[in-house]
Amino acid sequence: MKLPSKQTSIKEAIAHIKDGDTVMLGGFGVPGTPFVLIHALVKHGARNLTIVKNDANEPDMGVDHLLKSGQVARLVTTHLGLNGHAIKLMNAGEIEVEFNAQGILAERIRAGGAGLGGVLSDIGIGTELAEGKKEIEFGGKTQIIEPALRADVALLHAAQADSFGNLAYVGTAQNFNPLMAMAADRVVAEVESLLPLGELAANDIHTPGVFVDHVTELGELSEEYAVVQR
Amino acid sequence: MIARAAREVQPGMVVNLGIGLPTKVVNHLPADFPVCLHTENGLAGIGPTLSPEQADRNLIDAGGAYVSTIPGSAFFDSATSFSLVRSGRLDLTMLGAFEVAANGDLANWKIPGKFSPGMGGGIELAQKARRVIVLTTHTDRAGNPKLKDACTLPITARGCVRRIFTDLAVIDIGADGFHLVETAEGVGLAEIKEATGAPLIVPATKLPSF
Repeated sequence: MKLPSKQTSIKEAIAHIKDGDTVMLGGFGVPGTPFVLIHALVKHGARNLTIVKNDANEPDMGVDHLLKSGQVARLVTTHLGLNGHAIKLMNAGEIEVEFNAQGILAERIRAGGAGLGGVLSDIGIGTELAEGKKEIEFGGKTQIIEPALRADVALLHAAQADSFGNLAYVGTAQNFNPLMAMAADRVVAEVESLLPLGELAANDIHTPGVFVDHVTELGELSEEYAVVQR
Repeated sequence: MIARAAREVQPGMVVNLGIGLPTKVVNHLPADFPVCLHTENGLAGIGPTLSPEQADRNLIDAGGAYVSTIPGSAFFDSATSFSLVRSGRLDLTMLGAFEVAANGDLANWKIPGKFSPGMGGGIELAQKARRVIVLTTHTDRAGNPKLKDACTLPITARGCVRRIFTDLAVIDIGADGFHLVETAEGVGLAEIKEATGAPLIVPATKLPSF
């Protein structure tokens, strides 16, 4: 037996994205952000998107390109502190922003990926964060029902992959990538190095290829992936 | 004040240092001090901060600074990172503040109409770390007290703060409000009371200074 190949061109991998889709983007700051796939999505032009990402990168980087092209209607995120442009758009009402506590966003995505309806948590009880959310008494205390989150598409970045879509991340580039890999109907991974089947050892795989639909190898990395000079 | 706050870090602890003043605490920990520093974006065992020339593009802390690993460091995903926080494995967090109330309420994530970048992981750190310490200037830039009877800004977490380090004093929060514990060198009681927006309980004994 032989595991099937999911190696595709970037164009093919994102061709199916449509207006109004929910798109998850891996990454926390630069590490793990799929910059090339984001550029491809800008070129593709789908509009009215809901973007799920921990942060909005920095001005002129990553998510900011989608904001500038006006493709984003809604941003589900945790912190926009490094992107003043995103904050400006939010304050002007040009994009809708839903803030989540960071670990709760992770758990909502994990629940979506695990086929669950949601999670119970006491994070944010008695604060603005709990406003408008359903609370229940369970396990002897008040808990918030945090609904599971899924997406039409997840765009991910990994350091290494094989043609079946098994993924391995490095450093702090892991962050939301392995969670989002499980929580979307279609999962696309851009990878720095695509290895022949078998060369990525079974013990070193973070995301099993079963979750991945398309894998595409990056050429030389652009400046966006480099160390940010501040 | 930073040097004094660093003495709160006990051997063997798992500690998360928030963005701003708390991050600087790391500079006051001896290189061989046995402690595990955690950052929300998926690293336990943070090593020294690196210059852009030395940096690894895949290795940052939650504030975006380039950091390093030390022998025994581990990387993990965001769900694991906050499992560590919410399940009680985080012994101590040091956070900044806009306001701290006499009952331990903390406000540090939003100033409506002025500052609303999102809470990131701040709510979970404040609500779930075993011990929450605040490092802040005693007053804001306009000279208004940050220590108050009650917070006026949106709350990060209720009743979470145990101790506050400021440029003027070390203050504990007890069931009955703010307790003065130590004073900064050369700072008098009257100045501290004047800069505090709620009653301050002062022991009859002489206070140590830092």
